Amino acid sequence: MTTTPTPLQEREPTMPDRQALVSVRDLTVRYGSRTALDHLDLDLPSGQIVGLLGENGCGKSTLLKTLAGLYADHTGVVRVAGRPLGPASKAVVSYLPDRSALPERARVSYCLELFEDFYADFDRAKATELLASFGLETSLRLKEMSKGMREKVHISLAMARRARVFLLDEPISGVDPAAREGILDGILRTLDPDSLLLVATHLVHDLETALDSVVMMRHGRVLLTGEVDDLRAEHGASLEQIFRKVYAS
Amino acid sequence: MEFDTGSPIWGQLVAEFSRRIVTGEWPAGTKISGVRDLAAELGVNPNTVQRALAELERRELCRSARTAGRFVTDEEARIDTLRAELAQEAADDFIDRARGLGMGPDHAQRLIEERWHDHHADTPAGA
Repeated sequence: MTTTPTPLQEREPTMPDRQALVSVRDLTVRYGSRTALDHLDLDLPSGQIVGLLGENGCGKSTLLKTLAGLYADHTGVVRVAGRPLGPASKAVVSYLPDRSALPERARVSYCLELFEDFYADFDRAKATELLASFGLETSLRLKEMSKGMREKVHISLAMARRARVFLLDEPISGVDPAAREGILDGILRTLDPDSLLLVATHLVHDLETALDSVVMMRHGRVLLTGEVDDLRAEHGASLEQIFRKVYAS
Repeated sequence: MEFDTGSPIWGQLVAEFSRRIVTGEWPAGTKISGVRDLAAELGVNPNTVQRALAELERRELCRSARTAGRFVTDEEARIDTLRAELAQEAADDFIDRARGLGMGPDHAQRLIEERWHDHHADTPAGA
């Protein structure tokens, strides 16, 4: 019963894939003596929503931060839209960290200005539209908001950049189920069909119908990847069940 | 709608969209919402919606006009065939389960007649 599914895509360990929007070869990141990412290889195409799954401490957040260009201290080769990590890659990556970087006392309107100043590709109209669809007033201060509302502000800002790659770290955790659905609808409605959305989550169930494919990580490595509908057909099980089976073994 | 996450979503979308066509929720010849709107409405992946609609097209239940979008077929005969197919599937499911309970055809038929009247089902649901 507890057979481990084999990876569906054997990854070429040599040249970065030209088709891949994000290409990672032999990526290693260490925090002191601890290895967070261990010779990791990964190719992700454009036009997909990819779930990044794994237990706490498996390296999901480190991978997202590295792709966002926030860790200079790594070995291996990473390309985002063909660009090496740095200012050029950052220009096409929208990263939403798991902890807020916005000032608590700020009003939403101020956050919009901040993003407009900071990101050349920020589409203020799109952000405003998303905020309106979430029923949020731009005159509100972040500290006056519930956790779900704040998360919606963050999503609206992050998704309103004309980026090629969107990296969301646990975007819906700590949000009640009803609000999760609204956030998901907003993401699905606004995501550019040619971009890539990589979303780290431990809430497999809530995202499972929204994903094209999945990357399951363990101990800083990729344990399993595949298209979600293929995995369902192959295992006759939901992604959540497959996830549990994989991590129980 | 609720999905069975234990089987491929695209197949369930084909079934759902077929249901919408047969019941007239998506009337013959009318425009179908865009992929992204459907994806957001159903909370599913846009590529999965695209795949299901392509399958619907392959089954000639809808057609794409290059710029105008996607439309439900205006051939009522095709929709009638679909209705017959779906009804047959439902009948097959019932027969399988009735057999599994050790029922013979006469008994099963009597049961359907009785229940049919109980359900006041003079008009099909959704019509």
